[in-house]
Amino acid sequence: MYVAVKGGEVAIDNAHSWMSEIRRGDTSIPNTSLDQISEQLTLGVDRVMSEGSLYDKDLAALAIKQSRGDLIEAIFLLRAYRTTLTRFSYSKPVNTANMTCLRRISATFKDIPGGQKLGPTFDYTHRLLDFKLLAENESPISPTKKYNDNKMPHVLSFLNQEDLMQNEKDNNLDPIDITREPISYPTSRSARLQALSRGDEGFLLGLAYSTQRGYARNHAFVGELRIGIVDVELHIPELDFEINVAEIILTECETVNQFQGSKIEPPQFTRGYGLVFGQTERKALAMALIDRALRWKELGEDYSGAPAQDEEFVISHCDNIQATGFLEHIKLPHYVDFQSELELIRKIRADAKVNMKR
Amino acid sequence: MIKKRKSWMSLLATSNQSDLLNLWEQKKIKVNYVWLRTPEIGSIMAQGRMGVTGDKFNIGEVTITRCSLKLNCGTIGHSYVQGRSKKKAEISALCDALMQTKMSKEINKNIIIPLEKIKKDNKDKILSKAEATKVDFFTLVRGESD
Repeated sequence: MYVAVKGGEVAIDNAHSWMSEIRRGDTSIPNTSLDQISEQLTLGVDRVMSEGSLYDKDLAALAIKQSRGDLIEAIFLLRAYRTTLTRFSYSKPVNTANMTCLRRISATFKDIPGGQKLGPTFDYTHRLLDFKLLAENESPISPTKKYNDNKMPHVLSFLNQEDLMQNEKDNNLDPIDITREPISYPTSRSARLQALSRGDEGFLLGLAYSTQRGYARNHAFVGELRIGIVDVELHIPELDFEINVAEIILTECETVNQFQGSKIEPPQFTRGYGLVFGQTERKALAMALIDRALRWKELGEDYSGAPAQDEEFVISHCDNIQATGFLEHIKLPHYVDFQSELELIRKIRADAKVNMKR
Repeated sequence: MIKKRKSWMSLLATSNQSDLLNLWEQKKIKVNYVWLRTPEIGSIMAQGRMGVTGDKFNIGEVTITRCSLKLNCGTIGHSYVQGRSKKKAEISALCDALMQTKMSKEINKNIIIPLEKIKKDNKDKILSKAEATKVDFFTLVRGESD
């Protein structure tokens, strides 16, 4: 017999109403505008866009406001909205070599064409609270300098020329789209990169850290990290030509890792690759480390049993919306399930007591 | 022609919504048209390449609004623009159509060129600020040398 239980509608309505009131906070303090969020909490907005897998600053700002700053909740909102959109098409692959870079650094070569540009970074700050920010209406202006608009080639392309770096070849394979077909294992690098690019920053950070501490040894150098604006090119079917339909900020990270070489190939450096929406360098770096660790099979390396080498483990658990959905559902009523557990344990204990008396 | 059209369509698509609306409304251009496709909000999947030059993979989606319309003279304008503004899509399609008519000079002067300037100024700002953060290395000589 299954007994359905109903009720709680009024309680739920009132709970949501109170949540809305608390979200607004003290009404003597001005309401936060979406512009304020998208202009001043930019890295939060970028994280929501990347993990929400939808590039739209206004929607990400709205989601952050609606979720009271709970970024995973905001990501959930954006993902849910994403599913309602008609998918027009796929873009041409973005050309990150033409990026308008805000930041571009290499930890492997000091002198690189285009130079090392630090950009708007937290690096080299002392991580001391800045009490000057308590004073309102700060509007600092940073210096500018005359530049030449020369191309900024990827640093690792120089290693390609000497064949010291494994060449990443375009085999013209169609990528898997994990929003269109469920992932089955073993999967392809294209599916892994898509999953990682929208994966949870915290999860990727922890796993990437584990590879640095020796779980899947792959000592990585940051060959290049660049953040900037790229054009997104789309083929317009009505006109049969391409236009730049969007400009998006991307963070790209290429790591250089050692490769032992095999019977058929001399030793060569290999690459881990991270490409993420927004200014999200911690995540792009973590993504590159994990991408590299997951390539062990393709590169003929040993499987050491490290979590970061196990693609099913990594890919099935890196999505924070799947994770939080399953985790948090156990808060919902399980009265009937638990009732059966309760009856079972009572019966087992009763039987056990009888046996003990014997 | 196609090259020019690609260029203005790209500029309109990536322009800031409020910049475009301001420029359009300042000129008070009156045009009659019929919809071929009313503005529709959707998305495209942005793709990248593994390790810059390798095979394609999907990064994530970008919101896009598109529409198509026909002026009374029969000229057709299309737009695919970034974001979810139906107004931006409409004005972009109108500009696309008008740029193919004898009004092209006026639209070019009052909308396209100002948008180009805004775009160039934004790029200038980023590149000149980035340049100011460029590292000048100097080497400290250690040990004996002669």
